[in-house]
Amino acid sequence: MHPSSRNLRQRAVITLTVLVLFAVVSLIFSGMTGSVHIPLADLFGALSELLHGQAQTLAATLLDLRLSRALTAFVTGAALSLAGVMMQALLRNPLADPYVLGISAGASVGALAALLFACAVWVVDSAAFAGAVAVSMMLYLLARRDLRGGTAAEGGTALLLLTGVILSSACMAMVTLMLSVAPESRLRSMVFWMIGDLAGAPMRALPWIVLTGALLFALRSARSMNVMALHAEAAATLGIRVGALRKGLFFVSGLLTASAVTSAGSIGFVGLIVPHACRFAVGPDHRLLIPAATLAGGTFLLLADTLARTIIAPQQLPVGVVTALIGAPVFLYQLHRLRK
Amino acid sequence: MLSTHHLSLKAGQRQLVTALDWQVGAGECWSVIGRNGAGKSTLLKTLAGLRSPDAGQVAIGGRPLAQWPLADLARQRAFLAQSRNDAFAYSVMETVLSARHPYHDNRYWEGSDDHTIAMQALAAMEVDELAPRDVRTLSGGERQRVAIAAMLAQDTPLLLLDEPANALDLAHQVSVMSLLARLCRQQGKTVVMVGHDLTLAHSVSSHALLLMGDGSWLAGSKEEVMRADLLGAYLGHPIDVIHHGTRSIFIPIETPA
Repeated sequence: MHPSSRNLRQRAVITLTVLVLFAVVSLIFSGMTGSVHIPLADLFGALSELLHGQAQTLAATLLDLRLSRALTAFVTGAALSLAGVMMQALLRNPLADPYVLGISAGASVGALAALLFACAVWVVDSAAFAGAVAVSMMLYLLARRDLRGGTAAEGGTALLLLTGVILSSACMAMVTLMLSVAPESRLRSMVFWMIGDLAGAPMRALPWIVLTGALLFALRSARSMNVMALHAEAAATLGIRVGALRKGLFFVSGLLTASAVTSAGSIGFVGLIVPHACRFAVGPDHRLLIPAATLAGGTFLLLADTLARTIIAPQQLPVGVVTALIGAPVFLYQLHRLRK
Repeated sequence: MLSTHHLSLKAGQRQLVTALDWQVGAGECWSVIGRNGAGKSTLLKTLAGLRSPDAGQVAIGGRPLAQWPLADLARQRAFLAQSRNDAFAYSVMETVLSARHPYHDNRYWEGSDDHTIAMQALAAMEVDELAPRDVRTLSGGERQRVAIAAMLAQDTPLLLLDEPANALDLAHQVSVMSLLARLCRQQGKTVVMVGHDLTLAHSVSSHALLLMGDGSWLAGSKEEVMRADLLGAYLGHPIDVIHHGTRSIFIPIETPA
């Protein structure tokens, strides 16, 4: 076999193995760390208690709480990062992120409306999801011509982007309106939702199902995404069904974003900087970028959340603050390198 | 190889091409000539299937474009767009390898054969030493040669090129053009290209299609069509032909200022 094609595969296997190991180590670290430290020696005993279904010791109870929160952080970060990669490929714009088309702004409108009327948690979650889906649908109806292939849609992604940005700012105006009329007592939870917070986020199966489905779609489309990222409209002459691929990317990344935002609020920067950092590290080839960014995004948010709940413990920071505080300087640095 | 039947093209309300009945045989090398906005690129995109005809149809191998599955069509014709914008830092090698997509829908990674073909295509365009480079760092002419290399790697019997000589230096204009001519003569490939350099077009083409931009057109062998009077009429400027050995050199006649 030709050396360079074997090298590609080897590099992919090594990169992904390292990322999986790093994710596992981060998960263990997150389980040990907190206001009460669980030593590594006790960790496995506690874990086996959990696996047998009965948490009796303090360590096991703590681990239960920490692990479910850590896993939620992981699935959320992975979803946002994967959605970012897909959105950037769809718009052929490395500066796009899962929120750029206003899907999270739609979720915010739904969630904040529910919080304003002091609804139950599940109502808030459903309202957030409904808001995200409503904006996606609206965007699709407005911009479905732009998603189609063919030269009629040349510059179509720019129109799609613009439509999304405008929908997003309209939603943000509604959010501001709700914040300004909300009673003092509700304001705090509303603001926390906006920043993105994993505290009290319950462990659910749905985000994992969405992530798995989306990852399968993305891996299947990875080759086509490369061709489209490279050749834009002319990808059709290489046998890519451009319209179908764009629609798929639009809906799947929208679903990922909706699912992530529903369980953790609009956590910023993960969907922008993790795909970027991964492109720097492994290159733009989507066949490696997709699994790498998914793993890295999950691990990044997991570590950011561990930091958020320990840095000024017992007080907890919303994780969105931590991702933005890490994300902003990292991103500025990347932009600085881009200019050179 | 390629034929159009009563093909009509419009830009907005303007009729660019009316009822084009055109046959392109295997091994022929066609130049499409006309003024800016005469519909040359529109025609090429329509032939590539990137745009639907406003009337009539295009057929490749006797089969209308609409009846070809996209993946099969991608093994029949390659298309060079007039311009490219690279949003991501793909390497030159990855760019050329992506053109092998039509050959393995069911494989995740390319095989060694694809690497060999890609390297050959890069070498044919004299850009093999650029293989690991980020495409965004290339000069315009280098990027153009990489794009043509990708087209060669796609390995199709029909090549549609929109201004292949764009941004190329003199030496590469000549080498790319003679490569295209060689592909037609030796491998029986079919080439349809848009270009503005009449002398270059005349030296490599076997045929020419002139577009007026008002719907009228003229197709034929280069001896029939690439005449000073016809070219002058279609390009809107009087043209002189100078014969130099076996070659014809086309120059615009200077109009007094």
